[in-house]
Amino acid sequence: MERVRLLIDGQPVEVEPGATILEAARRIGIDIPTLCHHPALGGGGACRVCVCEVEGAKTLVAACVCPASDGMVVWTHSKAVRDARRMVVELILAAHPQDCLACARSDTCELRRLAARLNAGPARFRREKAVPAVDASNPSLVRDPSKCILCGRCVKVCRDVQGVAAIGYAHRGIEAAVGPAYGDPLAYTRCVFCGQCAAVCPVGAIVVKDDTDRVFEALSDPAKHVVVQVAPAVRAALGEEFGLPAGTDVTREMVGALKRLGFDAVFDTQFSADLTIVEEGHEFIERLKSGERLPLITSCSPGWINYMENFHPELAAHVSSCKSPQQMMGAVIKTYYARQAGIDPETIVSVSVMPCTAKKFEAQRPEMNSSGYRDVDVVLTTRELAAMLRQAGIDLSGAPQADFDSPLGESTGAGEIFGVTGGVMEAALRSVSFALAGEPLEELEVRPVRGFEGLREAEIEIAGRPVRVAVAHGLSNAEELLRRIQRGEREYHFVEVMACPGGCIGGGGQPLSKDPEIRQKRASVLYRGDRAKRQRMAHDNPAVRRLYEEFLGQPGSPLAHRLLHTTYCQKLSPAAAS
Amino acid sequence: MAQAAVGTVSNLQSREPGPEVLEKVDKVIEAYRGKEGALIPVLHEVQQIAGYLPRCVLRRIARGLAVPESEVYGVVTFYSLFTMTPAGRHKIGVCMGTACYVKGAAALLEAVRSASGAGADGISHDGRFSLEVTRCVGACGLAPVLSVDGEIYSRVEPEAVPAILERYP
Repeated sequence: MERVRLLIDGQPVEVEPGATILEAARRIGIDIPTLCHHPALGGGGACRVCVCEVEGAKTLVAACVCPASDGMVVWTHSKAVRDARRMVVELILAAHPQDCLACARSDTCELRRLAARLNAGPARFRREKAVPAVDASNPSLVRDPSKCILCGRCVKVCRDVQGVAAIGYAHRGIEAAVGPAYGDPLAYTRCVFCGQCAAVCPVGAIVVKDDTDRVFEALSDPAKHVVVQVAPAVRAALGEEFGLPAGTDVTREMVGALKRLGFDAVFDTQFSADLTIVEEGHEFIERLKSGERLPLITSCSPGWINYMENFHPELAAHVSSCKSPQQMMGAVIKTYYARQAGIDPETIVSVSVMPCTAKKFEAQRPEMNSSGYRDVDVVLTTRELAAMLRQAGIDLSGAPQADFDSPLGESTGAGEIFGVTGGVMEAALRSVSFALAGEPLEELEVRPVRGFEGLREAEIEIAGRPVRVAVAHGLSNAEELLRRIQRGEREYHFVEVMACPGGCIGGGGQPLSKDPEIRQKRASVLYRGDRAKRQRMAHDNPAVRRLYEEFLGQPGSPLAHRLLHTTYCQKLSPAAAS
Repeated sequence: MAQAAVGTVSNLQSREPGPEVLEKVDKVIEAYRGKEGALIPVLHEVQQIAGYLPRCVLRRIARGLAVPESEVYGVVTFYSLFTMTPAGRHKIGVCMGTACYVKGAAALLEAVRSASGAGADGISHDGRFSLEVTRCVGACGLAPVLSVDGEIYSRVEPEAVPAILERYP
């Protein structure tokens, strides 16, 4: 392929055709500032912060969208460029609230950093603009349109990556705004609460609903027995919040820190991930035998469940009736654990730490009370846990290492890989194959379902019969997979869907990151963890076995059904109802 | 002159698109289904039929064309041609061209506003009038100019407005 040669700030650079000026400059160590650009979403050309001077061009050009061309001469910090950038930022600031101290993104605001970097002060312009109302209509996300800088990242991720398009651009000129149709609150849209918008917002216009004070309050109430469970993906990313390199496993530091924070018991959602596999595997084998309601589709991702209910309610019968590991754990804590430990479930406050914002929504669903109480009381995201630790003065790397508590802290490698796309499928195949063939899979690591391609499929031979499986992550990919199935182009026995790109490790509640390799790095923690585990098949989890022996009876028993399974409905939002 | 707000709600409801309108709307959607760039022409034709683009109609279009509702709403609010508010029975235009402006169109506009009862959206509460500020209508010699349902009134004094509007029940 013909290479493109150009000069940037007097330095020669060679790139492949189609590369933008921004990419070309970064290749030679020139970091052109950006705001609307995001590595996962590409350039927007919306904010004009990345403008550069190109010799022969009539106006300054946006480096994030302008392709480099042969013989181009680019200047990235001439006076004209510096003045233009500063003006752009000053105009954005003029329309932006100035209460940065009170903003959830105070520390991580890209606009604030950019203003400091470009030495752009806020005071030169002032714009009178009606202050739009804050939308706190749902348990997961808070939208403050007054902080929106119209960069469009959230619109792109919601529409293109997730295929939900709950928010879009509306109006024009000074009235231009990002938000749901008709200015409705998010709760009345088909939003699935995946939180990917909050993960890409450069400012504080969309943030995760902050539940940290509810947890601090419970922790300081001596009458409460405060229990926490932590999802697999959290340990693979929490270190990033404390300056550790991405891909650092902080499991034992995290457990130690949680104990320091004052939790009475620290349990592992990987335990209930194992439990999920036992129940879901049982369900799958029954369906495989009867041939009914195939493919079975996984149900662990609450963003996916919301999507299914809002966009594909006709598929409800195919989706596993298993609750997500979070909700299974919640139900087990306030029944089995309460009884074992001799604690009145009334006094238990059940907290979970999740990479996910949709989990906050899931925990508040009215039917999630099979224990007789709210099964999970408060859901924190990974970012919120980091905020609590910082507030309490607990540095992760300085925390004493500790292990999860018994009995709900034991897990196998199968539960560990739940946090990455393909992991639930792999975990299920390990146990299902053992149940049907009486022996483990020849290759315990099911390579064909691993990886980060949006759609993956495989045929695995189990007990002499081919089992066809498919994996999708990111809801646009899921939609494509469902279309293929519904058109009859593909037939599968088992399908895994995760709402977020990369699975839970890429969840909307994870540490903010623009590293394009971030998902691979986090996944490596879970795959290493799997390999290091004594047991790697969920049904081998001794604590899960005890749970059945002492309490639940058999997989799929009436008690298991009452506590660990659920039903689906069409979400009662006006948008979904018609 | 503005009528009392009695009966406002039923008046507005009576102008919600009826089944025969929706049937026509569905035909337009059907004609464009699966075509690239169908949204704007569909909105245009549907507004011709229904007079405006209420929420229920936008939802019908979104579902019919498989376009996200947020995008439909974005397009409707971007182009000033499209409106989500029903028009009044009579359309008043006040010219704000230079000549009319110099000859007192601002005072005229105020008088029309109070006489018609037009709200912030330009629609009177009883649904009788919709008021629009227009650009130069090319009748500068007659400034200031007021038009009601296409009829032009020339050299209008503010005091004359109530009497003019009374002709349009």
